[in-house]
Amino acid sequence: MIEQVFLIIGLTIAATVLLSLYRAAVGPGVFNRVAAVNVIGTKVVVLLVIVQYIFKNPMFIDIAIAYAALNFIGTIIMSKYLERGEVCSH
Amino acid sequence: MDSVVNALTTAFLILGVFFMLTGAIGLLRFPDFYTRLHATGKCDTLGEVLILLGCMIYTAYHGMPFVVFKLLCIIIFFFIANPTGTHAIVRAAYKTGVKPWRVGDERR
Amino acid sequence: MKRSVSAVVTFVIMYVFWLLISACLWAHHGIDYIRVVGGIICAGIVTAFSHKHRLLFTGEEENVLIKTMRFMLYAPWLLWQIALANFDVAYRVLHPEMPINPQVIEFDTTLTGDISRTTLANSITLTPGTITIEVKGSRFRVHAIADKPAEALTVDQTMQKKVAHVFMEKMP
Repeated sequence: MIEQVFLIIGLTIAATVLLSLYRAAVGPGVFNRVAAVNVIGTKVVVLLVIVQYIFKNPMFIDIAIAYAALNFIGTIIMSKYLERGEVCSH
Repeated sequence: MDSVVNALTTAFLILGVFFMLTGAIGLLRFPDFYTRLHATGKCDTLGEVLILLGCMIYTAYHGMPFVVFKLLCIIIFFFIANPTGTHAIVRAAYKTGVKPWRVGDERR
Repeated sequence: MKRSVSAVVTFVIMYVFWLLISACLWAHHGIDYIRVVGGIICAGIVTAFSHKHRLLFTGEEENVLIKTMRFMLYAPWLLWQIALANFDVAYRVLHPEMPINPQVIEFDTTLTGDISRTTLANSITLTPGTITIEVKGSRFRVHAIADKPAEALTVDQTMQKKVAHVFMEKMP
């Protein structure tokens, strides 16, 4: 029973990713796209945690941790680049 | 006991998914960039944290302490990282001159 | 002296975190020595690269225990505010007419420390209808989604008072 619940929740999260993908594809403007990509990244982290229960494999949570960190750093780097035109000033 | 844990987990998961859906709808519906980030920065954070809390209850009952610890790490990380990321994008947009939407303006 | 203590504390925190994350001491078939030694090497490398940035002992460590205790008391209030914020935003999203009136407001804060200002900025972003746009010195620029959250921030100043109490600073 609980397996079906996890499956349905995972599919619903995938649907919200699709909804956010519309904003990432249509825009308008680069900032809407960056925000949408950030949102998709955090949703995918939760999706990975759910997938762990569907496939009964605790390995996925390590991927989720790494993906959360990567997604955050990617967002910060993108916004820094868009703000200053460079990522790191020396 | 089994059914209680399952019911609690399901309740957390459904509440979290409701907030995530609301965040996604807000991302589509709101008229400009700043208001869209209101929807994503708050609704998504709480929705995701609720889902992870539900997973935490389920995992703690089935006895995998390290997975519980990792889920706790992700929750704390989300609470720090999501507002910071939102703030970084908003500041970049404000500094490059994206004008906030006022009542009566056109959607963009 | 302080610098080397900071390095040691950083190393210990990172190594304990590694042990908990990798679960190598409690593996099913005995201790996994490769991961234990690898953790020492990795934590050492990260400490060597990061300890000159002074992650710990930055001069805001007085009364750190009291501050931690007060932060623990502040966290449940913040969580409650976050829940309220979500119902507020969900209402505005799902309402057919979208009752929003976005505006940008500015105000000064009396907080002085880096950590307290960061806490205030993150709390503002997480709570009802407000997002921090910019922090320049003591000047906060905030985007509010409607009239009521903006007034709550500039007139009542409940959150500023609470953060000032947590970090033992002057009340606004």
